[in-house]
Formats: sequence, structure tokens, C-alpha cells
Amino acid sequence: MASADLQSERDPNRNIDAFAAASPHPILITLRRLAGRVVAIVTTLLGLLFLTFSMGRLLPADPVLAITGAEVSKEVYDRVYRELGLDQPIWMQFLTYVRNVATGDLGRSTTTGQPILSDLLTIFPATIELALVAMVVGIVVGVPLGIIAAVRRGSIIDHIVRILALAGHSIPIFWTGLMALFIFYAKLRLVGASGRIDVFYEGLVTPVTGFLLIDSALQGQWEVFRNALSHIILPGSILGYYSVAYISRMSRSFMLEQLGQEYILTAKAKGLGRRQVVWRHAFRNIRVQLLTIMALTFGGLLEGAVLIETVFGWPGLGQYLTRGLQMNDMNVVMGAVLTIGAVFLTINMISDVLYRILDPRTR
Amino acid sequence: MTIPIEQTNRSEPGGFRQWLLAPEPEGLFQSSVQQFYQGWLKFRLHPLGLVGLAVIILLILVAVAAPVLTQYDPIVQDMASRLAPPSAEHWLGTDNFGRDVFARIIYGARTTLYIIILVTVIVAPIGLLIGTCSGYFGGVVDEILMRITDIFLSFPGLVLALGFAAALGPGITNAIIAISLTAWPPIARLARAETLSLRNADFIAAVRLQGASSMAIITRHILPMCIPSVIVRVTLNMAGIIITAAGLGFLGLGAQPPWPEWGAMAATGREFMLDSPWVIAAPGIAIALVSLAFNLVGDALRDVLDPRGGE
Repeated sequence: MASADLQSERDPNRNIDAFAAASPHPILITLRRLAGRVVAIVTTLLGLLFLTFSMGRLLPADPVLAITGAEVSKEVYDRVYRELGLDQPIWMQFLTYVRNVATGDLGRSTTTGQPILSDLLTIFPATIELALVAMVVGIVVGVPLGIIAAVRRGSIIDHIVRILALAGHSIPIFWTGLMALFIFYAKLRLVGASGRIDVFYEGLVTPVTGFLLIDSALQGQWEVFRNALSHIILPGSILGYYSVAYISRMSRSFMLEQLGQEYILTAKAKGLGRRQVVWRHAFRNIRVQLLTIMALTFGGLLEGAVLIETVFGWPGLGQYLTRGLQMNDMNVVMGAVLTIGAVFLTINMISDVLYRILDPRTR
Repeated sequence: MTIPIEQTNRSEPGGFRQWLLAPEPEGLFQSSVQQFYQGWLKFRLHPLGLVGLAVIILLILVAVAAPVLTQYDPIVQDMASRLAPPSAEHWLGTDNFGRDVFARIIYGARTTLYIIILVTVIVAPIGLLIGTCSGYFGGVVDEILMRITDIFLSFPGLVLALGFAAALGPGITNAIIAISLTAWPPIARLARAETLSLRNADFIAAVRLQGASSMAIITRHILPMCIPSVIVRVTLNMAGIIITAAGLGFLGLGAQPPWPEWGAMAATGREFMLDSPWVIAAPGIAIALVSLAFNLVGDALRDVLDPRGGE
């Protein structure tokens, strides 16, 4: 294909790569790179663990009093103090914490006594389902919007993208959520109330994937499906709006960068139509960048989910975290922060790997 | 940086403007004022940036003159006029304790300003110090400091701030510390990049040859050069910081009642929003307005400093 030839010709990095591969053995280079990545990931993970550890142990709030309550006798205090291992040196405490987390022991909630890991496993799908709906909205709306804005600079769509992005970066998400709840639920009665599903429908679907939409569809429970949809649509689209604000702005600037390149001029000069130039030439070159942006967006979505779940009473990670905050249940807070951090880290890692596989220049 | 040149012919009398535009500044002070003025001339061309700047100035004025702007007390309760709708008496209505919402918004501006100033004062020096040390010393120091920075950068800021705020206990000061803990890494990155470009400059080599210690070189020669771009960067990030602070307030981790804080006002208004939407509408608009203002100023500043990037 003509365009492919053209691209390989004008891609100078290929030659550089060829030179680099010529010096030491290519497998050695790959191994060294891989080792570097592993070291980076492990240190980041340890860093995350240290941050959550310091939230629970190092900062002023007394972990013993958090468990026993303020009025406690000296003996009980000392016993709990030793049970928590607080008489050990800090680094020993940290090692114990790392070992516990590695074996899946995140401690127990100090308010309900439930193990935190099992709590997290039951609520996790709710957040992921919400974030995925938001992600789909963000990609389906945001990418085309950004590309059209870039192709037609200065048009109405371009201005809309600008305003969307500005509003998305300025209006607090919890407020958008409250306002939407006020308008679409209280006034217009268009959507379901808080939670994932009405009480009436609860328990009708046996959890398989944990995603209510998928489970109910698989089991042919369309009533439940419709009800679940009416609950997720509002928080999902609000969260989605915030990703549209970011994704559309980024795809616009990526696209503008490509459209300014000479190969676009060549393509136009060859007499290709606008659609061909935009989608078959320019868009292909921003796909990998878009992938990175989506990974970053997902992190932002988790952040937004914490607030939006509180507003919509969505029984997910965010609500779990904020409940822990209100109850001063530090084990819950540590577990939830650790999970969100770990998810974020994993997604970054996956996008990094995909970037390496998909972008021919990094091969 | 332009090196001031000794000149015999002082600028002719013609006042301030001539002094501002003198082709050869006579000292460090004049040259930096001139640079600032040049920036302002460019900034002036961005109408939206000017609007943003006006809103920020308004915020400062409102915060300072709060007692003059309203006759109501933001804290004293008046249960008789509970949840009154907006009227000539109460412009934005009253909340569930009968307090004037307008007054609470006005006094809430003080809280916001307090957060903005304190976060800047904490974050800028920390970021500067870590970034310049990392860039100047390089090697192992750089490796360690940047890894720490990366760790902080690789997690969602709000979630991290939430965790820290929870550990430190609720309260406005702790919320500010928590936000600062998550806001310094981008500043450190920037200061490091600036330092790397300065490190091998001739004037640094000259100072080093004169026997200045590393610490003196960093604090007296490199650090001051990084300050302008750091301040710009803090302004750019301020919109996000305000949103995060509002989020913490909304979750009850910011300023504690009865002190007025916009995020917390929206949170307490939730229960009453169905019948009295004004209770949550006003604080949300206030937050959005201020953070929009910082976004607009940030966009304009970015344009002034780097006319090629972005648009």
C-alpha cells in the first residue's frame, strides 16, 4: 500500500533502531530493558505500600485509640499496642505489613470486623462497571469530537470541545452529580434513584461476573437489566463527561500535530479525499497516543468515582473508602487506597506494554 | 538573564513607562520588572485570561472585605428563618440553620484564599528544593529523589490526599497538608528540568570556581532562576487544587462546621436540596467560578510563555 511505504520511508527511527541492535546482542538489550521495568514497578509498588503504611502507622492519629476508643485502661492499651506490633522498630512493622499484603491479608475493618480483602472483592465489580460505562462514553463521544474539532479548527464543534474541556476542569464532579440527581431524578423522574438497583430487584440475578448489566443480560432477566441500566446511566454519563472533557481535548491536539505534518500534505497532493487523509493517514498515527491517554483517563475515573459514588450511593470502592473515612476506620482506608493505587499502576503498566508492542518506533 | 551594564546616560525623564521600556536595563530589578511588563503586554491580548484575572482579584477583594459586603454573620444560627428561599433580604436564601447563604459564600472565599495561599507557600519551596537538588547533584541523588517523585505522581492525587487527610484527622490545616503532599511532584519535575538546563551554564561554573558551596549555588543562583516558571506552574495547577480541596471538604475532611467552606456547604445542603436547591447551587457555582478563573489565567499564561505550544 502506498501510504505504508510512505510512512516507512519517512520514519527515521527505524534506521536508528537498526544501528542500536547492531551493537550488543538484541536479546541482552531486551533483557536489560525488561529488568529496568521490573525494578521500576517493584519500587513503585513498595512506594505505594509505604505511603499506605505511613497513613496507618506514622501519622498522628493513634492506631491503638482507633481500635479501642478513647477511654481505655493502661493494660488494654499496652496489649493492643503490642498486638499491632507497634513496639517493633518501624522497618520491622513495614516488613510485616508488606508480608501481610503479599499474602492477601489486609487486616479487618475495625467497625464491622469483616476481613477487608473479601469486602473489596465484593464491591470491586461495582466500581469497575461504573468506570467502564464512563470509559465507553468517553471514548465513543470524546475521540470523534476531538478529531472533528482538529479537522475543522475554529468551527462550532471546536468551540464546543474547548468549552466542554474548560467546564470539565472547573466544575466539581460531586456538584454536577448533585445537580443531575436534582434534575433527572427528582424533577423529571427519568432515572433510578441511588444504588445499583432497586431493592425490589435485588438478589434476582446470581452474580457471575459481578457486573449487573452483563449478569442480567446473560440470564435473560431484562427487567433487571433495564432497572440496572436506569441506575447506572446517570453516574456513568457524568463520570463519562469528565473523561470526554479530557479525551476530546487530547485527541484534538494529537490530531492537530499530525495534520501539520508533511505526509498529510503529500496525501492531499495525491488527491486523496479528506476522509481518507484524516482516518487512514492521520488517525492511524495517533492511535497509540490515544491508548496512553485512555489509561490516564482511567486513573482519573477512579478518582471521580470516589466522589460520584458518594453522591449516588453506589456501593463501590469509593463509597467504601468514604465510609471508612467517616468511621475513622484506617484499615479500610488503607485497603481502598492501596487497591485504587494498584489498579492505577496495573493499567499504566499494561498501557506501557501495549505502547511498546503497537508503536513500531519503540520496537 | 541579561547582565546589567554600567551606563552613564541615565534614561531621560519620561517617567515610568520609559523606564519600563528602556532597551538596556540598569539593574537586576529593572530587568525583571521589564520582563514582567513584557509578559503583561502579551497577557493583555487574551480577553479570557483577563476575565479570569478579574475573577481572582474579585475573590481576593471579597475575602478581604467580607464583613463590609454582608450584614449577616456566617456562623450564628437563626432557626426562625430556616431554609428561606432567595429574597431581597437573603439574596441567596438561607440554609438549614437559618444562616444567610450569601454571607457564607462571601466568608467561604476566605477559606478558599487561605487554601490557595498556604498550598502555594508549602508546595513551591518543597518542589523547588527537591527539584533543584535532584537536577544539580544528578547521579544517585537524582535517581532516588525522582523515584520518590514518580511514586507520588503515579497515583490519583485526590485518593492519596484523602488517605493522608484521614490519617491526619479532619480539619482545614490537615487538608492543606494532605493536598500539598500530593501537589509538589509536578513542581519538583519542573524545577529539575530547569536546573538541568542551567547546571552547565557559564555563570554557574564561574560561581563554582570562586569557591561557592553546592548549597550556596543551589539556593542563591539556581533556585531564584526557577521561581518564575514554578509560580506559573502553581497557577496552572491551582484549578485542580481548588477542585481537590472542594472534594475533601465535600467528604467532610476539610474545614469543620460551622466554619463556611464551599465544598462542605454543598455536602450539608444535600439533604435539603430537593426542596431548597439554592443551598447547594450557590457553593457549587462559586467553586466552579474560581477554578474556571484559574484555568483561564493558566491558559493565557501558557500562551504567553510558549506561543508555539497548544493553540
